[in-house]
Amino acid sequence: MFDYAFLILLLPFLSAIVLGLFGMKMPRKVAGIIGTCVVGMLFALSLYTAYRYFFYTGEYAAMGETFNVTDGRLASGVYPTVTTFNLTWLKFTELLTFNIGLRLSPISVMMLIVITTVSFMVHIYSFGYMAERDEHYKFEEYEHGFQRFYAYLSLFTMSMLGLVVATNIFQMYLFWELVGVCSYLLIGFYYPKHTAVHASKKAFIVTRFADLFFLIGILFFSFYVGTFNYDLNVNPGLVGKLTALAANPALAWVLPTALFLMFIGGAGKSAMFPLHIWLPDAMEGPTPVSALIHAATMVVAGVFQVASLLPIYVQFGAQEQLHWIAWIAAFTAFYAAAVACAQRDIKRGLAFSTISQIAYMLVALGVCFYDSRNGSFNSAEYLHHGGLGYMAAMFHLFTHAMFKALLFLCSGAIIVIIGSNFKEYMGGLHKYMPITNICFLIGCLAIAGIPPFAGFFSKDEIISACNALPGVEGQALKWIMTIVAGMTAFYMFRLYYVIFWGSSYYEQDPENRRRPQEVPFVMWGPLVFLAAVSVCAGWIPFGHFVSANGLNYDIHIDWSIATTSIIAAVIGIALATWMYAGKQQPVADALQRTFPRLHKAALNRFYIDDAWQFFTHKIVFRCFSIPIAWFDRHVIDGTFNFMAWGTQEAGESIRSWQSGDVRQYAVWFITGTVALTLVLLCLI
Amino acid sequence: MNYSDFFKMIPEASLVAILIVLFVADFATAKTEERRWFNPLASVLLLLNTFVCLLPMEAQTAFGGMYVTSSAVNVMKAILSMGTFIVVLQSRVWAAKGGKEGEFYMLIVSTLLGMFAMMSAGNFLMFFLGLEMASVPLACAVAFDMYRKNSAEAAAKFILTATFSSGVMIYGISFLYGEFGTLYFADVVAAKMQATPLTIMGLVFFFSGLGFKISLVPFHFWTADTYQGAPTTVTGYLSVISKGAAAFTLLSILFHVFGGIMVYWHVLLMIVVVLSITIANLFAVRQGELKRFMAFSSISQAGYIMLAAIGNDWANSVTALSYYVLIYIVANMAVFTIISVVEQNNGGKTNISDYNGFYRTNPRLSFLMTLAMFSLGGIPPFAGMFSKFFVFMSGVNGADINTTMGAWAYAVVFIALINTVISLYYYLKIVKAMYIVRTDNPLPAFRSDCNTKFALAVCMAGILLFGVCSFVYEWIAAAA
Repeated sequence: MFDYAFLILLLPFLSAIVLGLFGMKMPRKVAGIIGTCVVGMLFALSLYTAYRYFFYTGEYAAMGETFNVTDGRLASGVYPTVTTFNLTWLKFTELLTFNIGLRLSPISVMMLIVITTVSFMVHIYSFGYMAERDEHYKFEEYEHGFQRFYAYLSLFTMSMLGLVVATNIFQMYLFWELVGVCSYLLIGFYYPKHTAVHASKKAFIVTRFADLFFLIGILFFSFYVGTFNYDLNVNPGLVGKLTALAANPALAWVLPTALFLMFIGGAGKSAMFPLHIWLPDAMEGPTPVSALIHAATMVVAGVFQVASLLPIYVQFGAQEQLHWIAWIAAFTAFYAAAVACAQRDIKRGLAFSTISQIAYMLVALGVCFYDSRNGSFNSAEYLHHGGLGYMAAMFHLFTHAMFKALLFLCSGAIIVIIGSNFKEYMGGLHKYMPITNICFLIGCLAIAGIPPFAGFFSKDEIISACNALPGVEGQALKWIMTIVAGMTAFYMFRLYYVIFWGSSYYEQDPENRRRPQEVPFVMWGPLVFLAAVSVCAGWIPFGHFVSANGLNYDIHIDWSIATTSIIAAVIGIALATWMYAGKQQPVADALQRTFPRLHKAALNRFYIDDAWQFFTHKIVFRCFSIPIAWFDRHVIDGTFNFMAWGTQEAGESIRSWQSGDVRQYAVWFITGTVALTLVLLCLI
Repeated sequence: MNYSDFFKMIPEASLVAILIVLFVADFATAKTEERRWFNPLASVLLLLNTFVCLLPMEAQTAFGGMYVTSSAVNVMKAILSMGTFIVVLQSRVWAAKGGKEGEFYMLIVSTLLGMFAMMSAGNFLMFFLGLEMASVPLACAVAFDMYRKNSAEAAAKFILTATFSSGVMIYGISFLYGEFGTLYFADVVAAKMQATPLTIMGLVFFFSGLGFKISLVPFHFWTADTYQGAPTTVTGYLSVISKGAAAFTLLSILFHVFGGIMVYWHVLLMIVVVLSITIANLFAVRQGELKRFMAFSSISQAGYIMLAAIGNDWANSVTALSYYVLIYIVANMAVFTIISVVEQNNGGKTNISDYNGFYRTNPRLSFLMTLAMFSLGGIPPFAGMFSKFFVFMSGVNGADINTTMGAWAYAVVFIALINTVISLYYYLKIVKAMYIVRTDNPLPAFRSDCNTKFALAVCMAGILLFGVCSFVYEWIAAAA
């Protein structure tokens, strides 16, 4: 039934190859249209796949396995995990193989929808955006920015899709690195700009550093478990192996350690404190890229990874590590929200907001737990307690992808019109850009968690999940997240007011400044689409499709929690309105004067970048790199130089053997034969 | 005599058919414009032959055990046939120059026929006949540019050394006959070979003869002179096809006939492999003439090929060896094709220093040359890295590091690894010449003919894909 599914990986791969190799010879339009059409097809394919996956009734087979489903569900009430193909790439032992395949599970189908929707919108939007921005940066004659951009986008889409349909952790890692490369290429897209080059290097080095831990985690896992597979539903043997490993007191440390090491990789990609430093700088890339990669898809790879491994975390003794994740994420959420309140660059503000929102998802995953008093893993009861966070995290991932992509694309529209990222050059835009204004407002309402917009539902589930965690921990997390929700509302509306209201930069000097205007249809079309999705997405019965153990979960709103978070959001919005809505902003300025240090610290991201700089330059470089470099320069190079010299000399000295004299050759031949015979005869 | 046995020799029969077609075509065409079709005809026929070799065939014997076939042999035949296809494809311009292309293609196909017979032999005499059947036309091919002094000299050296080595080999075979009273492989196996002085001498003398073909040290001395003097196309053919066939035969006979005294030939191989890789590298480092340089490179590569035989599992070793040969064919043929076109377009320039600044005038060719060099040096993700990996894996397969032999196997693989690093040095010297060394008069830009382009495209696809696409390896492994 999913025989066509390989196209989901093949099509973007082909388009990346075609655009990458021949794009430069095509007119811009053709290259753009090829990329967009392919992603459009992928979008259609994903929707079709989701429809078949969730609503099919009947029997189908995939990879020799038969599934008998009613409305997509097996007789046990869960959605099946369908592997449509699984090619063995390298085989070490019967179990330990490198496979490349495609596997559909509820979350991977959901991710397919998220990725292709946002990617499709971004492809369309980029027609307008990149054409406009290309003129700002003069590329050399042979560098065709537009075509290159679409080639990278296709490559990224392929890699991200490959990541979410991975059949094993190694495939995930492979595509994980590929998305990292795409991110690097796209952040540094405007390479004549030094800041872009630095940002791309920073992003690559930081995430690569984190990925090292991911790889070590994978090696630990595969060494002790003996396989790269992680899906408990598909690999019956895996449960036994993991149980044995967890039960063995001498090796009980293995799984938690491996999982946490993998999480560090995820924390790098998902920009968790203190590895978040690359994401704000990544905003040097084109804005559509920020929307696609650094808001909706790649940065949630860490969340997706933890969610994929969650059954192992919960069932095999890594609860502790989950709680660490929750606390790291909660701190990140708070920290990023605080920094976001003071940013001047609108894209950086959004970037910190992204960090904060991803942290929400990881908090939700971190509060998952298992308590045997509330029934088994496969009971519906589990979904209301320990497993709620899983559903909440995925739900928030889904809604956040939509409204954050919307917000980024709106900011892109503004940047195209204004020609700058800084809020000082904006203000009063609601008159000139009505559609963008409405869309941005919808995005803000959604992220602030105002009903009936999408963010409200998912955020409410996350706070409920915190509440479900018994003990002080759960309550503490619940209140932290509620406060962060209030801060979110505040900084988003601060951003909204300074962009669209307040005093207009243009009107201060209308003679000499460019008059802002609405963006063309190819740009506002995607905005409207995403805005519509952001309005409706909350009403999707998400728990019906995705839940911790696959059973149906009816989302119900816990009004005592919802009311608190709505109040927090409203207070945040009110505060922002009071401080920033007017032409002048006396309160904000007064605050800035009263607490200059705090403001400066927040503007400078609480000096975390400087701390890293200090750590790497002063400590790592001085204490390790310089001695190692000396050792390398003198001892290792010396050894190799000596070897090279020796090789050269030896080569010189045996030259005469090759004399060109055939008689001499025959002598050597027979000498060699006789010598070898003698050696062997000695062995008898 | 049972004539139906001929049906079991499909790859050979198909080659004979090709020979006949080429022979008739050579007679029938007199005018130059008619001969334009000669090269495409030969290429297509060889390509078809590759597919014929791929036809599924059971392992069986024919003619009372003289002829033995198995799926592993057929895979190797297909690989060699494909290699010959590349050789023929890129030889068009050179072969057409003297108006004797018919002769050349027939010589090449007859050597291939000899090699096929040698690989499928089930008897030492049959094996020897195959070997000679391949050697004699090969000597003619080496002398093909006979009015060039080098070519004739190369052929003379080749034929003299070949005769000499054949003599040594026959001598070795006679020892074996003395010991067992039979030349049939199956009977020798049935006689349960023991390590007597006679068998050991037989083994080493026999080994020397094939060692000459594969150009292992110390039987390699002819290689540099012959490679340098022979027409470049023939050098390419010698370095990949002839070597691959001989290596496969050696491996097969060692495992299947000398299986009883495996420890002894393991020792023999270890010595010879270490010598080949190391000494050839030392020579290659100092070479300034590209074809001579490639000769030493090929001796070193021969060492790597035979490394596969140090393992103790036939299936593993044969897979690693065949895979290595396949990858080596595409990478080495890419290099020789480029040498050949450069030579044709620039009046026979083959020094490494002639390639200085090549990148400026011929960026595509230099890029492909770089890929080929990377593959030969074993840099990932090109195919050469995978083939080296599997050969190393095969070399230590079944070796227990706690036993003396096991420890030696690991030591040999380790030495081979170090030599890989040294080999990078000289492979990258070419890359450096093309990209980095500045010169005022680089080779002028030229366009190569479409056949060459096609051959290069095939090689490039092989270099890029044969490693990463694991099914190539899996396919060879399945046949083993």
